[in-house]
Amino acid sequence: MILLEYKMGSSESLIKARNLTKKFGGLTAVDHINFEIFKGECVGFLGPNGAGKTTTVRMIYCFSPVDEGELTVAGMSVSTRPREIKRMVGVAPQEDNLDPDFTVLKNLQVYARYFDIPKAEAEKRASELLKFFQLEEKQTKSIDELSTGMKRCLIIARALINQPQFLLLDEPTTGLDPQARHIVWDEIRSLLKKGVTVILTTHYMDEAAALCDRVLIMDNGKIIEEGNPQKLIKTHVGEDVLEVPFNEYLLDTLKQELPKATIEIFGDQIRVFVNKHGFFDRIVKKFPGVNITIRNANLEDVFLKLTGRKLRK
Amino acid sequence: MKKRANSSQSDFQLPKLTYRVWAVWRRNFDVFMKTWHVNFLPSFIEPILYLLAFGFGLGTFVTEIDGIPYMQWIAPGLVAITIMYGGFFECTYGSFVRMYFQRTFDAIIATPINVEEVIAGELLWGATRATLTSSIVLAVIAAFGLVSTPWFLAMLPIAFFGGLLFAALGMCFTALAPNIDFFNYPTFLLITPMFLIGNTFIPLAPLPNLLQTIALAVLPLTHVTNLSRVSIVGKIQTLAGLEPEWVLFLAAFWVALVTTILFILSIFLMKRKLIK
Repeated sequence: MILLEYKMGSSESLIKARNLTKKFGGLTAVDHINFEIFKGECVGFLGPNGAGKTTTVRMIYCFSPVDEGELTVAGMSVSTRPREIKRMVGVAPQEDNLDPDFTVLKNLQVYARYFDIPKAEAEKRASELLKFFQLEEKQTKSIDELSTGMKRCLIIARALINQPQFLLLDEPTTGLDPQARHIVWDEIRSLLKKGVTVILTTHYMDEAAALCDRVLIMDNGKIIEEGNPQKLIKTHVGEDVLEVPFNEYLLDTLKQELPKATIEIFGDQIRVFVNKHGFFDRIVKKFPGVNITIRNANLEDVFLKLTGRKLRK
Repeated sequence: MKKRANSSQSDFQLPKLTYRVWAVWRRNFDVFMKTWHVNFLPSFIEPILYLLAFGFGLGTFVTEIDGIPYMQWIAPGLVAITIMYGGFFECTYGSFVRMYFQRTFDAIIATPINVEEVIAGELLWGATRATLTSSIVLAVIAAFGLVSTPWFLAMLPIAFFGGLLFAALGMCFTALAPNIDFFNYPTFLLITPMFLIGNTFIPLAPLPNLLQTIALAVLPLTHVTNLSRVSIVGKIQTLAGLEPEWVLFLAAFWVALVTTILFILSIFLMKRKLIK
């Protein structure tokens, strides 16, 4: 927490967006959003599919042109100085675009060439990165021989070849198994410790809660909420959540016993949100044998509360 | 095609290119050299087969054209066809695979290299590939004793610019292709007809005047063949009423003009396709 305040309080601004807008034909993918990102932070863009996360990230690394508003990176406009900006950013895209025509090591070397990094320096950095991501043994292997998790690690390693001032990770763990996810998280954490600024997009709430100092929740192209994950949970849903299969008698009792709590019905389940721990002990005792679950409130509760439960395209 | 909200992105602009084109070219060169033996083998075997089949087979009946033995007359045609295939297929199937299936272009655009430079690198690589493979063919026909002037050295720039012409032509189709099967259309409607009436194996001069005019007006291969024939055997025929020197002048002018137009146009079309 102290570290977080230090970062947010005294750090330099890195990225600033003002009324940032992107349209695809009739669809407004990003709709007049404002945000600021500071050096050293880990910021997550959170949202359902089609919320505008990836489009926002693509505008930051000058891939997609800005339609309206302003977007600056280190004080430079993305519209006028894309080369300088691209030189200082490391991008790990959502889809695998490693070069299948080359080996693991050669992928890093060829990518270094795109940044004009001299050959000797590129080789030094490539071997350091492979060591850091535990891919040394795979360096002569072709990309097809890597597991999905290893490919993901190599994409992040490649994004670091130009020693970027900040990393853009677009859905870094989508499609990975739990083991690989945790490896990627550990890598991201150790990069954060080294002071790298990380901006990621995700629709995994646990990922955002585990990594981010700050999340920006997007829906339909707008930022609908932002803040520290723990604080957002406290503000929007409280501490504890009780879940129980729907039962009318139980619902009435809950309403009587906990008049101040938020009670919601999700499908065939009743959910009760309260602000303090220990409120539910009474209820559990009253209904022995009923399948009652009590858990900590999480970012997913916040997310569902804010964005609703309708399925997204 | 989705219509863009911001029209300035789809407005025509000349491509902005820097030395960074080289890094893109070099990527493709490295891949090519990794499997150089596979890449060079067809250029070595194919002309031998053509020379044997056409030269000895058909050459028994068609002894000479324009005072040149038939086998020698078709030799520059082989070089020209290799230039066409090298440039065209590299920047249709090759570029499409890199763009669509491998997403290599997206990966490069995230670095200081811009999209115009990526496409320019692809085009220059297509031209280089055409030059490399046609040089092998040139070496083979030289080994058959079919090169008769020192002007054959001019084949290097002819191959490069001819290759660039076909690369840029191919890239225009890549920019328009909704999927990879689409390339069947230009292959069968453009490449195959050029193979037949591009003055390569079948002399254009005896064909109807209308066909000669079409071949000179719209078919790039005719001009690349004519330039190759002058360079390798030192002689071309009167075509569509034009004296040989005018045919030669037209060829150089046509290739320079159309290459420039297609180079700029293909980069513009690809930029429009890739930047969203």
